[in-house]
Amino acid sequence: MSTLAVRKAAPAAGTTPGTAQGPPLRRRIALIPTVTLLLGAVYTLLPVAWVVIASTKSGHELFSTFTFLPGTGFADNLKDLNAYRSGIYWEWMGNSALYAGLGALLSTAVSAFSGYALATYRFKGREAMFNVLLAGVLMPPVILAIPQYLLLAKADLTDSYLSVLLPQILSPYGVYLARIYASAAVPADVVEAGRMDGASEWRIFTRIALPMMIPGMVTVFLFQFVAIWNNFLLPFIMLSDDERFPLTLGLYTLLEQGANTPALYTLVITGAFLAVLPLIALFLVIQRFWSLDLLSGAVKS
Amino acid sequence: MPHTKRRRLVTTALAVSLGATALAACGSGDGTEAESGPVSLTYWTWTPGMDKVVDLWNKGPGKKDRITVTVKKQASGDTLITKILTAHKAKKAPDLVQAEYQALPTLVSNDALADISDEVDDAKDKFAEGVWQQTTLGTDAVYAVPQDIGPMMFYYREDLFRQYGLKVPTTWEQFAETARRLKQKAPDKDLTTFSAGDSGLFAGLAQQAGAKWWTTSGDKWKVGIDDAATRKVADFWGGLVKEGVIDNQPMYTPSWNKALNTGKQIAWVSAVWAPGTLTTAAPDTEGKWAMAPLPQWSADQDVTGSWGGSSTAVTTDSAHKEAAAEFAAWLNTDHDALNALAKEGGIYPASTSAQLSGAFSNPPAYFSHQADFYTKAAGIAKTTAPSAWGPNVNVAYTSFKDAFGPAAKNKSDFTAALRKVQDDTVADMEKQGFEVAR
Repeated sequence: MSTLAVRKAAPAAGTTPGTAQGPPLRRRIALIPTVTLLLGAVYTLLPVAWVVIASTKSGHELFSTFTFLPGTGFADNLKDLNAYRSGIYWEWMGNSALYAGLGALLSTAVSAFSGYALATYRFKGREAMFNVLLAGVLMPPVILAIPQYLLLAKADLTDSYLSVLLPQILSPYGVYLARIYASAAVPADVVEAGRMDGASEWRIFTRIALPMMIPGMVTVFLFQFVAIWNNFLLPFIMLSDDERFPLTLGLYTLLEQGANTPALYTLVITGAFLAVLPLIALFLVIQRFWSLDLLSGAVKS
Repeated sequence: MPHTKRRRLVTTALAVSLGATALAACGSGDGTEAESGPVSLTYWTWTPGMDKVVDLWNKGPGKKDRITVTVKKQASGDTLITKILTAHKAKKAPDLVQAEYQALPTLVSNDALADISDEVDDAKDKFAEGVWQQTTLGTDAVYAVPQDIGPMMFYYREDLFRQYGLKVPTTWEQFAETARRLKQKAPDKDLTTFSAGDSGLFAGLAQQAGAKWWTTSGDKWKVGIDDAATRKVADFWGGLVKEGVIDNQPMYTPSWNKALNTGKQIAWVSAVWAPGTLTTAAPDTEGKWAMAPLPQWSADQDVTGSWGGSSTAVTTDSAHKEAAAEFAAWLNTDHDALNALAKEGGIYPASTSAQLSGAFSNPPAYFSHQADFYTKAAGIAKTTAPSAWGPNVNVAYTSFKDAFGPAAKNKSDFTAALRKVQDDTVADMEKQGFEVAR
């Protein structure tokens, strides 16, 4: 902070603004974004650090010792979490993985199909369809949860794995992204050349277009995975059997146990900490594709 | 007795608001139902360990009557009410639900709860009149069986009270005096805090002062959130906050836990379930707290409010209302069931005979030195003032948080905040189609 203040003050005190401003100005521009980004990083990482440190504290230490002083209870917390209602936490973890993994995969497939179709083919009502999708992008999924519940109740599908999976397969944002990406990454000439050589439309899509769209689809997959992993309201409305709960919902029941039972803070914090790990792992593994995507997207557009 | 009159009035009001469907539907449905084959029921509850209590049923009386109950554990709170109502809209609500007393009118006015008076009327004399009245809403119907109650009490740090030469307040005037004296002796400490985040606490305090938030006259509802009794309570706490002799931060936050654990706050106006909360919030101060009755508004009174408490209700969607009501009655009156509920779920039973038996013959571990804890608690529970809940308590509670949050933070006028809660509540009821007397 102090260096920033000094640099800021310097030009004001200077007597030759014309010549001396060149290099310091450039350095100052680099400094301000760096500081801003650092502040942003601290702002986002501090809560994560809190979760990591708090998960090592025992119930006694949680509210009594200094916030960022690691505790001694991590192993016990893990053991308690593991023992809680004979390990239901791991069931929730498995459910989350199923909802997010399978859901994101199916959603990516649907997005790829429809995005490619919207980008490549000219057909009647294409723009109308795309505009409806755009409206869907603007619609927060939260307000759809209750209508979706009522619809699925008619089909007798509530309180099942399908009830959480089905509504999340069609992602307007995913389709939108896939269309934009397909029209940028799959040149019409290439598709045309494929047709000339006698390839079927399916073959052109799977063998030529899809490989070109992979980086974009990885983005869609990650977005959907994170969105489903963090989703609360949809499973909350749909599910009543806690053996089908995802992590978000399961941890919530640990917090809200009624007035006469205290919230299980240590379990929730440890559970939240473990719940972040798969996401971090996923990002680390797929990171390569992600950066490739950003790069190619920038060049093409 | 004015009681009968009131009963009729509310029936009328409810019938008007429900289009009389609830009462008609329940009356006819139960009689024709023949419970022959095996029945399986689902039960939404948030009580920890309820699955173990239900096992007692499934292996005992339930096995005999071929009624199997499955627990589906839920998160407590207003969100559960929304979930029940959403499920009810799709006719998919579970057979049995756990519901807090103040939520019952909301559920009844949405036609979600069945009248089980035929099945559970025998259980009536197991409960205090004021408790039972909450499940009838003053009508001839019965919409739930009381499970647990939360009579309010005053908790304080015995050691610190002695250290600062403070006496346990028996009136609210003395309470204010105690807060001031503590501030003089230890400026960095507070007697307690006013929590704008806990509508239920404020409702209980108003109830103690004699407030009636929802009443009916003719076929109209009357909302009395801004009545003289509640205003007295609001002024009292607003005055203490403004004076700076108590804290103004919400409860149930990490910093509140810390304040209790380190002795920065040395008292807590709470309810019978406080030992459980203190065990996790202030683990280092075990054995240093004591419980006393709530301070009174005048020295010759002996009355308390309630904070929390819940009941077991049967929904109108249930295909086996009779069997469900049988289970609800067993769960909340059977000696073994209540004992298991106390042990596994940590509840304080509504059933008067259970309050002094079994699990409650010894004080809670956190209060092991106060041997007569539960004897005292049972005595206090008897003095609970009647409550008057209406069909949109959730709206009033939310409005309370919105209005009192800033008022407590800025130490500004609590009466203005109270007026806003009143106005919001009335406006919402009118929007919902209830007739409200102005």
